[in-house]
Amino acid sequence: MPVLTPDMVRSTGASWTEVRRAAAERAAVAPFPTTDAEHWRYSRIDELSLADFSPAAAPSTISGPTDHVTRIDGEGSAAPANLASLFDDSADASALELFAALNLANMDVIVVSVPANTVVSEPIVITHDFTESARAYFPRVVVDAGPNSEVTVVERFVSGDARILVVPALDVRTAQSARVRYLSINELGPASWLIGEQHSVGQRDSDTLLATVALGGDYSRVSTAARVVGQGGNTRQVALYFAGGTQMHDFRTLQEHAAPRTTSDLLFKGAVQDTAKSVYTGLIKIHKDAKGSSAFQTNRNLTLSHGAWAESVPNLDIETNDVKCSHASTVGPIDEEQLFYLESRGVRPDVAERLVVLGFFDEVLAQLPVGELAQPLRAKVAAKLNVGEKA
Amino acid sequence: MSTLEIRGLTASVAGKQILNGIDLTISSGEVHAVMGPNGDGKSTLSAVVMGKPGYTVTGGKVLLDGVDMLALPTWERAAAGLHLVMQYPTEVPGVTLDAVLTEALKDRGRSADVGSLASQLHTEAARINFDEKFLDRPLNVDLSGGEKKRNETLQLAVLKPKIAILDELDSGLDIDALRDCARRVMDATREDGLGALVITHYSRLLEELRPSRIHILVKGRIVESGGPELADVLERDGYAAFTPADSSSADAVSGDYLAGL
Repeated sequence: MPVLTPDMVRSTGASWTEVRRAAAERAAVAPFPTTDAEHWRYSRIDELSLADFSPAAAPSTISGPTDHVTRIDGEGSAAPANLASLFDDSADASALELFAALNLANMDVIVVSVPANTVVSEPIVITHDFTESARAYFPRVVVDAGPNSEVTVVERFVSGDARILVVPALDVRTAQSARVRYLSINELGPASWLIGEQHSVGQRDSDTLLATVALGGDYSRVSTAARVVGQGGNTRQVALYFAGGTQMHDFRTLQEHAAPRTTSDLLFKGAVQDTAKSVYTGLIKIHKDAKGSSAFQTNRNLTLSHGAWAESVPNLDIETNDVKCSHASTVGPIDEEQLFYLESRGVRPDVAERLVVLGFFDEVLAQLPVGELAQPLRAKVAAKLNVGEKA
Repeated sequence: MSTLEIRGLTASVAGKQILNGIDLTISSGEVHAVMGPNGDGKSTLSAVVMGKPGYTVTGGKVLLDGVDMLALPTWERAAAGLHLVMQYPTEVPGVTLDAVLTEALKDRGRSADVGSLASQLHTEAARINFDEKFLDRPLNVDLSGGEKKRNETLQLAVLKPKIAILDELDSGLDIDALRDCARRVMDATREDGLGALVITHYSRLLEELRPSRIHILVKGRIVESGGPELADVLERDGYAAFTPADSSSADAVSGDYLAGL
């Protein structure tokens, strides 16, 4: 099962060159996914032709504090030994799924490595601005937060009108009592594809927040596996996704509890308008020895047009009784009672709809790791909304 | 001076006739009560007058100062001066009171009031003992019953409608909140000439909201209208005396009864 795999990216290598070579070999023989596989069931993977794209270096800029940031570009950089060790979790390269292998084989790596007891007070902002059509990009961000450290990383994906494929990867390691806040912002153009994977591993009493705002892309798919392996560890996952036109957003999440008294909380809220589509598939997995854990998963979807389509598939896999677990999922149009309430105050129907949709997303915006970004992102949602006067 | 006239109003819900011909007239500064047993059409009346989806008008008229409200969408009825205080105010996550009132005032062309909204909200909140911390909450989310009704009353005070329908203002709130809300509504009838149509099935509310007219709504019809003393009769004898239908003598009983009032 390459999908929702709990492990960090695996490789055989101890040096970057070997990592790449092993992954390239794997990618060469990995089967191209089809929608027959459960993992790709609702996807548009059958529309993708890898031959249309040639690999290129990811054009990435970094702002904010860069003391703890290392870039490992292109071929064969001599990797510091402590970074290479990030990838030696497992020797099983043969299990790599195609896109994971492609990323490892071609990756441009940005490592944020925060020493123990260090607080990075300002967010580190990584922007990938992809401008060249017919290119494929493979950025990888590694966040390695030492014990009792704290760091916030924002990763933005931008592409204008370029027809590109981006296959990003994220590895987050949150050591004991560390706090990691990560926000991914997808503002890709309408001709861009994104197929990404995110993995996080939290140690004892760690706190990991993985946030997503997805507005862009033609087809955009992100799989996130958030594992807690040390007792008392916590993860939160929040997402705002809003697709219009013929866009499709496709999310898969895993909340995995492998230690006692761990907690996870997930809130994914999406909207689709025009003939756009979205899919959310989420799994809560609680291991037998994760007693006293609690896990919550909420996915809410608004379908704003008759031609729009959203799917929500929650799953539970629980191996112990001593847990608190809940999941909730809804798909449907704007609540008629809410609209009537606003209209009965004298608010125009189109304005009422805007208020309700923006209000729906506020719950996510309020939880984003960088508070100052909430307002501009809200404005982008408002500008995209095809109803009422634009703000 | 404004007048709301409801003439021969009939309406159905899911194919079932609920209102069987309602006639009511209420003018500025007046307080009327509509009382009746649960399930006989009181809330349907308020929903139909405001244009709530799911209700079908099958006949009759609703006129505000001669303008046919039934021909207008809900928001235009509100903008024309009708207002509904809901029995169970809807929770609207993420939408704040000032956002809604700003839009509502804008749509009424009251830009001056938009400018002074913040100060109005604070003044009005203090007047009805509505904790200011609730002003920034999403509408009705995590509010108690009493806070929701104070919130409804606050909106009424700011929007200043001509005629308001208060649907079971007394449900779900404590006696203090009831008094605060009722007194603010009574003040509005004097200060702003508000006409208030108070829908309730308990006479308790009417100790605070003093109606000049009471209408008894049974099985989709106004079966009796009278002065405030009608509430005392109801308090003593219940609705049975006004219930027509089932027993053949019911009409005669209620007729005799009322003849003696």
